[in-house]
Amino acid sequence: MTPRVTLAVAVRVLTQLRRDHRTLAMLLVLPCLLQALLWWIFQDTPLVFDRIGPALLAIFPFFVMFLVTSITTLRERSGGTLERLFTMPMGRLDFLCGYALAFGAVAAVQAALAAGVAIGLLDLDLRGPDVLLVVVGVADAVLGTALGLFVSAFARTEFQAVQFLPAVVVPQILLCGLIVPRDRLPEVLETVANVLPLTWAVDAMEHLATSTRTGEVWRDVGIVVAFALAALALGAATLRRRTD
Amino acid sequence: MMNSVVVIEGLRVVRGGRPVLDGLDVVVGAGVTGLLGPSGCGKSTLLRSIVGVQRVAAGTVSVLGKPAGSAPLRDRVGYQTQSASTYDDLTVLENLRFFARVLGLPPAAAEESLAAVDLTGHRDAVAGRLSGGQRSRVGLAVALLGTPALLVLDEPTVGLDPVLRRDLWALFHRIADAGTAVLVSSHVMDEAERCDALLLMREGRIIAHGTPAEIKGSQGADDIESAFLAIVEGVAGGDAV
Repeated sequence: MTPRVTLAVAVRVLTQLRRDHRTLAMLLVLPCLLQALLWWIFQDTPLVFDRIGPALLAIFPFFVMFLVTSITTLRERSGGTLERLFTMPMGRLDFLCGYALAFGAVAAVQAALAAGVAIGLLDLDLRGPDVLLVVVGVADAVLGTALGLFVSAFARTEFQAVQFLPAVVVPQILLCGLIVPRDRLPEVLETVANVLPLTWAVDAMEHLATSTRTGEVWRDVGIVVAFALAALALGAATLRRRTD
Repeated sequence: MMNSVVVIEGLRVVRGGRPVLDGLDVVVGAGVTGLLGPSGCGKSTLLRSIVGVQRVAAGTVSVLGKPAGSAPLRDRVGYQTQSASTYDDLTVLENLRFFARVLGLPPAAAEESLAAVDLTGHRDAVAGRLSGGQRSRVGLAVALLGTPALLVLDEPTVGLDPVLRRDLWALFHRIADAGTAVLVSSHVMDEAERCDALLLMREGRIIAHGTPAEIKGSQGADDIESAFLAIVEGVAGGDAV
């Protein structure tokens, strides 16, 4: 791995994003708008908003980063740019970490905006420190990026890549505790939920909402980061310099 | 004999359970070498093997005396795939700067490369908005970064206007005269006359290797297409190199 190359990849991904206004809006503005929509829906029952608001702050970055990364990396594979890069002095980790770095940076902005809107404008009640909300958001987004990089290896077209959304992301949203608290799920599903990464991201947000203690939050962030690293390692295994 | 830049011995590549190349031996030297053959005959697979991105079942491919695709070669071999292999949403200059950075070259290298393919006037255009010919020249500019010792180009002239094709071949010769070995594939037989050396390929085999004059002379043919036909009909599936 060469820092020069990793950084070159990250800067390039950010330059591409800067030029793509619609995607940029989806990454930065959409989470805020959805959060506001939710607040509106639960206007007469603010306690519900306080319960699911934090969970959504965990789900949005994961969801959009997964979507954007799986498609952009698929484009690199199918457009020949990845093949060209592999004839150059670029390591697999340069490629993966470059992407993670770029989307991690976008995620920091996204999380700060979403948290600012939720807390500042929508009166989301949070017990824990605000800044941790951003930390969890970034960890989440990097997780989404890492998983997106990994699954893009199993798609041939952008159409197939989008199909991973309902297959890989939606089950995690259903089981993460957003709809039914985890301890009230059937036992088997609770066990499944406990090994899914998004569960821990949502768990971190819920701890932040309900408690001033940060121990559990950091533990959850640790778990999310471990999942992200595992996904990056799997992603590295699927990136081959030599292909058929 | 020209000094050899690429030496391939017993190369075997299997794709989808079917051998695409089987026991291929070939040597590529300096100058402009044309790899000519019909679509699907294995040209791209051979080029991919030379730049080290093709999974190989058996045999050896060495470039400049080193195993193809090995680390010391990664800033000495320029490669252009059949597509332009650049980022459509970046400008021409941003594309060049990015690949220059990956290669560890100063930003000025990007400008030099653009000048070589005559695209300086389009440096701030977004690559995706360029015409097909211009886009393929952006890809070529990337392959030229850092003055590689070997340039591998997969069908760079396909679908281009004749004037542009003539200019590109002139450019390949200028690059070769400056000391870079150039290997260009094409399925258009009439491009053969523009090459210093030819490799004629069919169904995964090199059926002839030599200068255009040698190949035509050996078959008593007036053009390469007739020579190609004469060789194919003469050997009827046997091997003649």
